[in-house]
Amino acid sequence: MNPVLKVDQLSVQFDATRVLSELSFSVNKGESLAIIGPNGAGKTVLLRALIGSIPFSGTVQWAAGTQIGYVPQKLDLDRDIPITGFDFLRARVALAQKRALDVSSVLMQVGLPLEVASGPIGNLSGGQFQRVLIAFALVGDPSVLLLDEPTAGVDQPGEERLNELVHRLQQSKGLTVLFISHELSVVDRYATNVLCLGRVHPCFGPPRTLLTSETLRDLYGTEVKYHVHDH
Amino acid sequence: MSTTTDILLLSVAISAAAGFIGSFAVMKRMALAADPLSHVALPGIGVALALHINPMIGAAAMLVFGALLVWALEDRARAATETVIGVVFSAALAVGSITTKGEDLIDALFGAAGALGNSEMAFGIALASAIIVFIITSRNRLIVAFVSPDVARTAGVNVRQLDFLYLEAFALTIALGLRFLGVLLMGALIIVPAASGRRLAGSLSTMLWITVTISVTSTLIGTWIGLHLHRQTGPLIVLVATGIFLLSLLPLNTRRRIQKDRPTTVTG
Repeated sequence: MNPVLKVDQLSVQFDATRVLSELSFSVNKGESLAIIGPNGAGKTVLLRALIGSIPFSGTVQWAAGTQIGYVPQKLDLDRDIPITGFDFLRARVALAQKRALDVSSVLMQVGLPLEVASGPIGNLSGGQFQRVLIAFALVGDPSVLLLDEPTAGVDQPGEERLNELVHRLQQSKGLTVLFISHELSVVDRYATNVLCLGRVHPCFGPPRTLLTSETLRDLYGTEVKYHVHDH
Repeated sequence: MSTTTDILLLSVAISAAAGFIGSFAVMKRMALAADPLSHVALPGIGVALALHINPMIGAAAMLVFGALLVWALEDRARAATETVIGVVFSAALAVGSITTKGEDLIDALFGAAGALGNSEMAFGIALASAIIVFIITSRNRLIVAFVSPDVARTAGVNVRQLDFLYLEAFALTIALGLRFLGVLLMGALIIVPAASGRRLAGSLSTMLWITVTISVTSTLIGTWIGLHLHRQTGPLIVLVATGIFLLSLLPLNTRRRIQKDRPTTVTG
């Protein structure tokens, strides 16, 4: 099977600091790759390199025709910015030149009430804004979704609903998903493979072999209790 | 030679352009950038006067160059646009005040009324129209890049190029207003109506239209008062815009009351 994404010897350096060093992995179509690791390990930097937002050395090869939908971490927007969820989504519809596309139908897919999307985006809760960002990505008909801690700052029930939403979209649209997460149970439940970035050499493999006490201790530099559950 | 109608037409075009550019400047937290960026025009005016060419050409050339400098430094220094503009163009003000002398300096700072040539008129209206068309056609790219440059890139927006075009449009808007409002006051016309628009509007299109309406109205009222009182129009235009901004600061329920009481207020 040809991979959707093939990364070879990827390194990122900011001034004197090397953030990512000679990283190689690949992701097949329809798979879920979880990226885990302590804060500052370069998880967000990796996603930003993959979308071409920061300079890197090595190669990042996306399969021909790949359309990326990127969902960043919570953004810092002023509460009184007069841009509504509708403004933001209509802008994406216009950029995709899909005049016939109804924004309300995309909002339905991500489970966001229309009246919520009519308000300024700076006033949305963490979970609501993530749904707007996912809806934004969906307008572009993505084949790959990159999610940077989509549930950070979202309460427990909201977190589960968001994870379910991403999983449902992945199933129904045959998406390939790369997601950053600190929730090992979520990684265990949804990931096909795990990429760990941390203090030691990066590791890559299925959750069952990677989410062990030893690997996690090496990765985070402290004892992390986690047991892989039987599905 | 230009008539009063011609001058009014040009003022309306320039103030509309200022409203469109200002709406995004206020959102992009560039409110304080208009002032220092406008200072870069001064050395241009000084050099143009020394070389006996139209000072407007010198000012515009320096502004275009200044915006290019900001754009290049911003990427290299990874600093906020505001900081970069603040540092570079405070220096420009110093150079400008050395190279520009006496009356010329006052004219450049506060604007000089005077007859406009036909070519100046035509050029001004064409440039103002081009800026308005740029903002209207780029508004979707600007919104997306404003919310998140990374997300914009995945939507196919060339964010670097868009930043460059916006900064140049911003600089040219300042250049357009120099003749009427002067360096110092043009920055105010870009920012003050947009600040009111941001307070009053609930969506982007409403903000654009409120801002442009306030900008054009302030220009017309300011010009009218100036003509009747035989005063310079620039400061009056900015004062009218500031008055409208102060009204926009009133709490919403008070504003509604003002609207309800309006007949009494107007006749009283």
